[in-house]
Amino acid sequence: MPKKGTKSKKVVDDVANEQENKLPDYLELQRTRVVCNADAPIHTLGFQYSGAFAAMGVDNSVSVEKFCKNFKVEINRLTEDDIEFDMIGVDASIANAFRRILIAEVPTMAIEKVFMADNTSVIADEVLSHRLGLIPLDADPRLFDYISENDVPNERNTIVYKLHVSCPKGSQRITVKSSELEWLPEGSQLSMASSAQSGDKQKTFTSFSKSQKQILEKPLGVKFKDITIARLGPGQAIELEAHAVKGVGKVHAKWSPVATAWYRMLPEVVILEEIKGDNAEKLVKKCPVNVFDIEDLGNGEKRAVVAKPRACTLCRQCVMKDDGQKIELRRVRDHFIFTIESTGALPPEVLFTEAVKILEEKCEKVISELS
Amino acid sequence: MDPQQPEPVSYLCGDCGAENTLKPGDVIQCRECGYRILYKKRTRRIVQYEAR
Repeated sequence: MPKKGTKSKKVVDDVANEQENKLPDYLELQRTRVVCNADAPIHTLGFQYSGAFAAMGVDNSVSVEKFCKNFKVEINRLTEDDIEFDMIGVDASIANAFRRILIAEVPTMAIEKVFMADNTSVIADEVLSHRLGLIPLDADPRLFDYISENDVPNERNTIVYKLHVSCPKGSQRITVKSSELEWLPEGSQLSMASSAQSGDKQKTFTSFSKSQKQILEKPLGVKFKDITIARLGPGQAIELEAHAVKGVGKVHAKWSPVATAWYRMLPEVVILEEIKGDNAEKLVKKCPVNVFDIEDLGNGEKRAVVAKPRACTLCRQCVMKDDGQKIELRRVRDHFIFTIESTGALPPEVLFTEAVKILEEKCEKVISELS
Repeated sequence: MDPQQPEPVSYLCGDCGAENTLKPGDVIQCRECGYRILYKKRTRRIVQYEAR
């Protein structure tokens, strides 16, 4: 239904500025749509060259004005850790750049170093450390700095967590959950050398000049309290300290702020030739995601209509056999349905704006390199 | 370490899990249950790992 609406508007638009040349329909289709035939999609490449239609008086160039006029973002769904929005009027390369930046270049905090004092559980130290690294932390990465190899861990670049759990002898086996990680705003409590030094203050693994409570508004913790870290049998214990630092997903996936971020092109399902009666019923049944619906035409006549094109997964069941030629599956080339699932460090809408900022920085770097 | 005064080391019984402190020359046997396999305890020294 909404498709019809946009189409009629387009016609009105074209009437309004009639002096502008128009491409013939079949070319306009090739330019703006990818057509998905039963065997393979066609017109996947589109027309990149700015002067492709110069002979017809149509400008195919990319310009900032055109972008500003056509670009649109519409939010469909926004929850605490998940967003779906339509990004309309951009090239696939831009949409993909955002996706890749979200996955690999938006920073978060994650546990990077584990100082193990005791681990008598059955899970090996290395495996336990790896599990700790993957726990999403409830810490805003924008409040922290990156730590480089020779930096001393301080309150600006390191978050310290402590995990002290033991299972008493003679009791039941216990499960260690992520909620038992305790934040140490004053820094590390483990002393560096076991031999007691003469100094009044023992040297620890961090050097905090002040408590992180003074820098941060809210206490830091873990995002999800119910992640299983390990299980302890009677008499077993874990005693460790975990240091979280800022990093990006391209170094290690534990720093990726998204569970995943993806996009798909807007599906467009067109019935080219009317499908009636039993064939319409068959078509409705054939589609696993119920894209089609039946419209009653009165006097017992039925017709198939496209009810929910957005739901189309491009399974192509409808174009395979029987009435296949009567239906065309298309994708709108510059319309992306973007979905971001946050792991919790930042809300999904903030993640996207961070990604935009990163792309902007990259562009500025290129410009300054060139000028 | 002074060779004259060897430090007693504590071990864990392989059967009952009881702690046993042994000096050089002692019989390797659990004081609680008499089991003859004793295990050395894990070090308390801090071991650093990368969470990757």
